[in-house]
Amino acid sequence: MGSLKIENIVKSFGHVDVLKGIDLEVEDGEFVIFVGPSGCGKSTLLRVIAGLEDATSGEILIDGKKVNNTPPAKRGIAMVFQTYALYPHLSVRDNMGLGLKQAGKPADEIKERTKVASTMLSLDDYLERRPSELSGGQRQRVAIGRAIVREPKLFLFDEPLSNLDAALRVNTRLEIARLHRQLKATMIYVTHDQVEAMTLADKIVVLNKGKIEQVGSPMELYNAPQTVFVAGFIGSPQMNLIDAAKLGESGAKTIGIRPEHIQVSKTSGDWKGSVIHVEHLGADTIIYLQTDFGPLTVRLFGEHQYDVDGVLYATPDAGRTYRFDSEGQVIKS
Amino acid sequence: MAKTTASPVRTGLVHLALISYTLIALFPVFLTVINSFKDRSSIFRDPLGLPTPSVFSLVGYETVLKQGDFTLYFQNSFIVTAVSIFFVLLFGAMAAFALSEYRFRGNTLMGLYLALGIMIPIRLGTVAILQGMVAAGLVNTLTALILVYTAQGLPLAVFILTEFMQTVSDDLKNAGRIDGLSEYSIFFRLVLPLIRPAMATVAVFTMIPIWNDLWFPLILAPSDGTKTITLGSQVFIGQFVTNWNAVLAALTLAIVPVLVLYLIFSRQLIRGITAGAVK
Repeated sequence: MGSLKIENIVKSFGHVDVLKGIDLEVEDGEFVIFVGPSGCGKSTLLRVIAGLEDATSGEILIDGKKVNNTPPAKRGIAMVFQTYALYPHLSVRDNMGLGLKQAGKPADEIKERTKVASTMLSLDDYLERRPSELSGGQRQRVAIGRAIVREPKLFLFDEPLSNLDAALRVNTRLEIARLHRQLKATMIYVTHDQVEAMTLADKIVVLNKGKIEQVGSPMELYNAPQTVFVAGFIGSPQMNLIDAAKLGESGAKTIGIRPEHIQVSKTSGDWKGSVIHVEHLGADTIIYLQTDFGPLTVRLFGEHQYDVDGVLYATPDAGRTYRFDSEGQVIKS
Repeated sequence: MAKTTASPVRTGLVHLALISYTLIALFPVFLTVINSFKDRSSIFRDPLGLPTPSVFSLVGYETVLKQGDFTLYFQNSFIVTAVSIFFVLLFGAMAAFALSEYRFRGNTLMGLYLALGIMIPIRLGTVAILQGMVAAGLVNTLTALILVYTAQGLPLAVFILTEFMQTVSDDLKNAGRIDGLSEYSIFFRLVLPLIRPAMATVAVFTMIPIWNDLWFPLILAPSDGTKTITLGSQVFIGQFVTNWNAVLAALTLAIVPVLVLYLIFSRQLIRGITAGAVK
């Protein structure tokens, strides 16, 4: 219970195609993350799945049943919003119970299920409060609780952590991961933050300009990006994408090398560059070099001292470079 | 931002301007109220004087209350104003919800068309309205007034409420949809409570012209049973003799209900329960 199949979904607003033919399968119990730059259509796709937007064409199947014409409340989904979207005039308890009440469930059952969810999220002490009396983190937990209470086939998360501060974000992230293990439910999660994507997902869907660029596990995307876009999007700092012609390489348009796959030396190496800036992060040191073929980012583990304007030689690790053709597709070696 | 504590002169000037405006605005009201408590001769001898014990008189109020019909006039005014506000808010909010929430062809044009009424005074159509009311057999009914005032209040209501509705979070409405609320429930249970301050603003703007109006009651409902308080007060203004005590007393009394309504709405203006809905 809880599989999703999307077939050739197109969504247009007037003459603008936001989604240009999306095909995707999500299996029961999977944690799938849609990631991409803003405007890539990931939120629209989530809304189409939820039924808040109608697809212009294509089919959506939840558990093998076509739901294109089913209203959101009947699709067996629950959604958590970026802005929490709690009902301001209802208590936490009523916020969580409203969906069941609308579905005509008996009061005992609503109480029971609210209790289970609030215990799971340690909200027991706040059940009688209004949303305005809660902190941001608590509000988002209530929103998640509201989703859990409905016992949906699909959980949909629309950038749920974007409004939280950094520390709370990590905590809530862990909580969502724990919930996923505990509930074994199918979850679809939209974010623009690749750290969230890498840490939570079973499967990441990278979207760009209304199309799926690549689908794969976090490590597949990291180790074997299929396109320049995925290569540049996954990984932080970003992969170095170098014009192949400037390196004198033939048979490729772009050469990609991750910052952590470059070694530096003060005496010798493949590429000569001068240090523009050094960032000390404690665990990592990030060096920005200016070379003959443009800027190059290098990530060294541990603490290192290099002077700005000093000369460094960079050497890529063997077998860790990626070659892309003029279409942006990876060239298999 | 300039330092807020820095220029007392500036703050003083702002306050001076505001206070003088307040005085100008309140002066006629003040004059009406004090003179309504004086006897006839001192109204003319010393219009600006306060009602001291020697000139204090309730003769105006006695006349008004003895007239008997005044309770009815009050009631008429009250019914017309309250029912009109109710319909203006209901239909205005519904139209605003449709305009701000749904995408449909001609949405912007429809919005402009509905707002056009702000610029065109409804009184231009008096003759046509009167003909219409005659044809519909609604002359000398409160219904006629309510219909006209609802039409008169709608453009501004739609205009203001559309702006406010756009500020209500889409996520909240979508959360309601996922929880199985119908569009009507979303409108009545989620959106309306959140725009209560805007509704109060519209109510105040709509209420005062209706309560004070003399034109349409005079034309559409001048019969004794349907007179409003503003029209009713006119009986004391004669061509040759005007009973000023009674006129002033009637007007003073007419201020009270509108003041009460205003206080009710302005509490809503200040309170807002939006905090905590989103973010």
